[in-house]
Amino acid sequence: MKKQLLVMLSLLVMLTMALSACSSDNKTEKDGGSGSKKTKLELWTFNELHQTFYEDMAKRWNTANPDKQIELVANTFPYDDMHNKLLVALQSGKGAPDLADIELNKFPNFLKGDPQLLPLNDVIDPEINNLVKSRLDIYAKDGNYYGIDFHVGAAVIYYNKEILDKAGVNADDIKTWADFETAGKKVHEKTGVPMTTIESADLWSLWPQVAQAPGNDDLQTADGKINITSPIVANPLKWQQGLIKQGIAIATPGGNHHSEEYYGLMNSGGSASVWMPMWYMGRFTDYMPDLKGKIIIKPMPAWKVGDPRSAGMGGTGTAVTKTSKNPDLAKAFLAFAKISKEGNIAIWKQLGFDPLRSDVWTDPALKESNKFTEYFGENIFDVLTEVKSEIEGVIINENTPNISDSFRTSILVRTLLDNEDVDKVLKEAAAQLSK
Amino acid sequence: MANHSPEAAKTVEPLKVAKKSSILYSQKVAPYFFVLPFILSFLIFFAYPVLSAINMSFQEVLPGQVKYIGLSNYRGLWNPTFLKAITNSSKYTLFSLLILIPIPLLLAVFLNSKMMVAKNFFRSTLFIPALTSVVVAGTIFRLTFGELEGSLMNTIITSFGFEKQRWLGKEHLAMFTLVTLAAWRWIGINLLYFMAGLQNIPKELYESAEIDGASKWHKFSWITIPLLKPITIYVFTISIYGGYSMFTESYMLWNGNRSPNDIGLTIVGYLYRNGLEQNNLGLGSAVGIALLVLTFIITIGQLKLFGMFKKEE
Repeated sequence: MKKQLLVMLSLLVMLTMALSACSSDNKTEKDGGSGSKKTKLELWTFNELHQTFYEDMAKRWNTANPDKQIELVANTFPYDDMHNKLLVALQSGKGAPDLADIELNKFPNFLKGDPQLLPLNDVIDPEINNLVKSRLDIYAKDGNYYGIDFHVGAAVIYYNKEILDKAGVNADDIKTWADFETAGKKVHEKTGVPMTTIESADLWSLWPQVAQAPGNDDLQTADGKINITSPIVANPLKWQQGLIKQGIAIATPGGNHHSEEYYGLMNSGGSASVWMPMWYMGRFTDYMPDLKGKIIIKPMPAWKVGDPRSAGMGGTGTAVTKTSKNPDLAKAFLAFAKISKEGNIAIWKQLGFDPLRSDVWTDPALKESNKFTEYFGENIFDVLTEVKSEIEGVIINENTPNISDSFRTSILVRTLLDNEDVDKVLKEAAAQLSK
Repeated sequence: MANHSPEAAKTVEPLKVAKKSSILYSQKVAPYFFVLPFILSFLIFFAYPVLSAINMSFQEVLPGQVKYIGLSNYRGLWNPTFLKAITNSSKYTLFSLLILIPIPLLLAVFLNSKMMVAKNFFRSTLFIPALTSVVVAGTIFRLTFGELEGSLMNTIITSFGFEKQRWLGKEHLAMFTLVTLAAWRWIGINLLYFMAGLQNIPKELYESAEIDGASKWHKFSWITIPLLKPITIYVFTISIYGGYSMFTESYMLWNGNRSPNDIGLTIVGYLYRNGLEQNNLGLGSAVGIALLVLTFIITIGQLKLFGMFKKEE
């Protein structure tokens, strides 16, 4: 008995030693393996596709800058977890990464008080004339830019051509939302499939329709007042409610267009269209493989012929934190990944995003075939150049997280699912929000 | 050192030992020493956070710009969303008490009886859910109670001829799902407490009752229930606290903290939304203090009701 115990114990000790030896071995290899010393940069994101992109850009950076090698440690966390962790880490001043992806709806939280992020003006200013400025302003406070986006985020509409063909509908004939409704009725009658799905737990269905209205107001007025009772919000919502009542549209299963339930439905031909921003292409290629070759991308219908057909939606501002030990290197790498011409072309090729630099939009590299052209066909970028001057901006400020929460938890559910009166719901919500 | 004679060293040694052992064996110090780990962990991990939360609830907490703003965090609590959170948490606590006290008690009596077959099998199967992580259980429940036709619950009810339901979208069904999850997870734990209590009841009491001709029901209601009172009170108290502090279950069921119409919003969920998601730690602290006061009042009331503050007769 005693002997057995002794053997067990000594085995355990040996194992521990072996394992600890292992871990220290790894370390020395990483530090000295490549000859020159690598600086470690930590990055947090909430999207796997982003992580792959950054890792690839880190490789390119190391080839281009042999004297300033970096070792990028990128981690993907779930959306809410990542933002909350980052907030707490920045608040307490400990444990934050060097770089972090912060989603647009959450970004204002990080600008409250004395921002714990570093101004990026020194890397943005030299390139500012090539960048879409409205996409920088949404991450700015007091003249400082704190985040760099991936994309313009132009909203477009994706049609399942197979279903439209079955119903005898031509996507090019759909110019306005009224046309969309008529076509939807036809699709629903002939195929039994709903024309589209409408989000009840997120804003991607409503916000573009609100933002594409002419003028600068959307959920807030241009000077930052709550605007949700205005007709530009109420009318699209009433229109969506009507669509659901008629069966032309259904509420998105799972509540939003990023849920497993929705991917499953769309992938199996359960809905004929969806309007989402350009960056949604990546979700098609990665999560809805069966629709390859069946999806066509068109500009969104307008409210009236001649009105804007798109709006810049969503976004992810990548920021450098104040706690970073190598802020200059982190900024330089961020600029390389997201502002440089090379980075912008890579953003299109790998992520399928409409990049921030307007001078690369006409670059021949964007015409080359990649997994997106294979999936959607050759002329993806033509849609973007077609609506280039019609991409409406959105208003983002400290009220945004609160307003979008109100839509996600209450307004959309009450109007779209529970069928309550739109004006009444919006009025009640506005009263609570302006408290 | 070299000057010291060996004798001198010898005389010094026992003195030292005596001094050392007087501290080590001191009856005054020992109790404090033994409770020190608890006192320390209580002060560091409980008292300090509570005090600092009370302090923060009067502040606007932003990085680099902390300032006192008086009671306005508490004034901010007076809104329909927070009231909804309190209602949800209270309902959840009430329903989980209604299920999690009587059912485990009955099951414990069954599992403790000599007539029961396959006792160990049921004991372990009923306990296994308590070992799963809430995150895993919540995710599985979310899929089980999914709104699509193919989800498990919808398959079951449609086979009985009912309409498919949006389990996590309607208020009552959502509460039903939350309580089901709680029941599934906690029955095993409460069962364990009651079984421990049952095994402490002397057998002689039952035997003498049998001699006096007491029926099964009489034995249960006059011996088992009264003698289980201390355990019942304990289970009651922790269940109240557990009910009001519930968060993870709701967070997992709705895959984030946003349930439609806030039907799954709990007090802690509201704290999380304001304190962390909207970076308003001052208001978050105020919610926390409100929760503390609320559970405190309810628990004291409950203990009073059970006569815990009366002197033992």
